[in-house]
Amino acid sequence: MPADFISSLFVFILAAFLGIELIKRVSPLLHTPLMSLTNALDAIVVVAAIIIAGQHETSLSTKLGLIAVAASFSNMVGGFLITDRMLSMFKTGKGKKA
Amino acid sequence: MTPDQVLMLIDFTYIAAVVGFILSLKWLSSPVTAMRGVLIGEIASGIAVLATLFDARVTEHKWIIIALIIGAGVGVPLGLVKMTAVPQRTALSHAFGALSAALIGIAEYYVAAPNVPRFEMAEIGLEVVIGSLTVTGSLIAAGKLQELKWIPQRPIVYKGQNYVSLAVLASAIILIIALVFRPDLTFLFPIMVIVALIFGIMLVTPIGGADMPTVISLLNSYAGFSAALLGFVLQSKVLVVAGALDGASGFILSVIMCKAMNRSFTNVLFGAFGQVQVAAAGAKEERVVKSASPEDAASILASANKVVIVPGYGMAVAQAQHKVRELYDVLTKKGIDVRFGIHPVAGRMPGHMNVLLAEADIPYDKLMEMDVINGDLPQTDVALIIGANDVTNPAARTDQGSPIYGMPIIDVDKARTVMVIKRSMAAGFAGIDNPLYYLNQTLMLFGDAKKFVTEIVQSLSGSGGH
Repeated sequence: MPADFISSLFVFILAAFLGIELIKRVSPLLHTPLMSLTNALDAIVVVAAIIIAGQHETSLSTKLGLIAVAASFSNMVGGFLITDRMLSMFKTGKGKKA
Repeated sequence: MTPDQVLMLIDFTYIAAVVGFILSLKWLSSPVTAMRGVLIGEIASGIAVLATLFDARVTEHKWIIIALIIGAGVGVPLGLVKMTAVPQRTALSHAFGALSAALIGIAEYYVAAPNVPRFEMAEIGLEVVIGSLTVTGSLIAAGKLQELKWIPQRPIVYKGQNYVSLAVLASAIILIIALVFRPDLTFLFPIMVIVALIFGIMLVTPIGGADMPTVISLLNSYAGFSAALLGFVLQSKVLVVAGALDGASGFILSVIMCKAMNRSFTNVLFGAFGQVQVAAAGAKEERVVKSASPEDAASILASANKVVIVPGYGMAVAQAQHKVRELYDVLTKKGIDVRFGIHPVAGRMPGHMNVLLAEADIPYDKLMEMDVINGDLPQTDVALIIGANDVTNPAARTDQGSPIYGMPIIDVDKARTVMVIKRSMAAGFAGIDNPLYYLNQTLMLFGDAKKFVTEIVQSLSGSGGH
C-alpha cells in the first residue's frame, strides 16, 4: 500500500470526523445554505482541474481538464453567491423596520 | 523565487484554504456569524485558485482563463435563481461538482493508460464510478425537481428492479477489478464509465417527490466523497479535506432526513414509497368535516393568544409566503404570539422552508424546529396549517397500519383549534388519508392558500382596525 494513500487516509478520517462535529452544530434553520456552502467549498476541485488543463499531457486530458475547470468554477461562483443571498435574508424581528 | 519555493507557497495557501473552510462551517452554526463564514470561504477559495495559476506545471493560461470565465458565466445565473428553485439548482450543482471530479479522474487515467499501477487504478476506478453515477443521478433529481415533463415525477417501479439495479452496480465494480488486474484492457474503462452513468439514472428514477430531500442529501455526500477520492488519486490534501467535509455534511443531512421520515437508507434507496400508498388509500370511509369561511377563521385567530403556523411546500407552490407574512404582521400587531413550526422535511430539500419564510421577511427567531414547537402545541390556541399534510398526520403516532407510522410529526392535533387551508379533500403526496381533518376541533378552510390567507388578512384588518 503506497505511503501517500496512508497519509491521505489519515487526513480524510480526521477531516470527516471534524466535518461531522462541525455540521452537527449547524442550526437546522440553515441547512439549505449549508448545502450550497459545502458545495461551493467542494468546488476547490477546480485547482486540480487547472493543473490537469495546464499541464498539456495529452490533448484529451487538456480538454477534459478545461471542462472540469468551467464546471467546478461555476459551482464555486454560484454556490457562494446563492449562499450569500440566502443568508442575507435571515433577520431577527428586532433588526427590521416597520 | 525558485520553482520549489513557489510550490511551497502554493501549498501554504492550500493549508490556509483548509483553515478557511473549517472556520466557514464553524461560523455557519448560527445565523449571526453565518455571513462571516461565507466571506472566509470565499477568500480561502479565491486565494487557492489564484495561487494555483502560478503553479509551474501550468504552462498555458489562455484557455484556463477562458474556462474560468465560462464557469463564472454559468455560475452567476445559477446563483441568482428564485428561492423556490434552490433545490433543483443544488441538485444541478452536485452534478457539476461530480462531473468535474469524474472528468479529472478520466483524464488522469488516459494520461497514464495502459500503465496504471494497480492501487492507483482502484482509486481512479472507484472515483470515476462514484463521480459518474452522481452526475446522472443528480441530473435526474434536478429534472424531477424542475418538473420537466419528460422526467417522470412519480416513482417508476417494476418487478425485480432492485436486482437489476444491483446487478448494474456490481458490473461496474467488476469492471474496476478487471482493470486493476488487466490494465492492458483499456477498452473496459469507457464501458465502466457508461455502466456507472446508467446506474446513476436507475438509482434516482424510482425515488419519488417525498423522498427528494433525502436524495439530494445523499447525492451531496456522493459528490463530496468523489472529490475526496480524487484527492487520494492526485495526492492533494486540500481536495481530501474539502471532499470529506462536503461528504460528511451530505451524510449527516441524509441521516437527519431519514430520521424525519422514519425511514432507513436502504428503504429510501431500494423501496419506492409509491408502492405502499395505493393499498392504504383504498380503505377510505365517508366522514364529515367542518369547514369555515375566511371571516370565521379571522375571528378565531383574532381571539387567540398563541398561534402556530405550520407551513408545507404547498404554501410555496401557491406563492403564499408573502401573504402569510402579512398575516403574521397583522396578528403580531394585535399582540398575538405567532410562531412557525417547521418539519425537517417541509420543502424540497433540508432547510428549504426556512429559506422561503426568511425570504418573505419572517424573522428567523420565530421559525421553530419540530421538537421545540411540539412542546408548546398543547398550550396553543390555534394551529394553522398551510399546504402541509403528511407531516401533521396523527396516524403517524397512532395507526400502526399506516405507511407513515412512526414518522415524527408536528402535533397540531394537540392545539385547541386546528385550521387547515387546503384546496380539497384530496390526499397528500403520499396518498394517505389524514384523520386530523375529521377531529372535533378541526376546521377545514377550503381554497387556494394565497387567496384564503389574503381574505383572512383583509377580514382581520377590516374589522379589528384598532
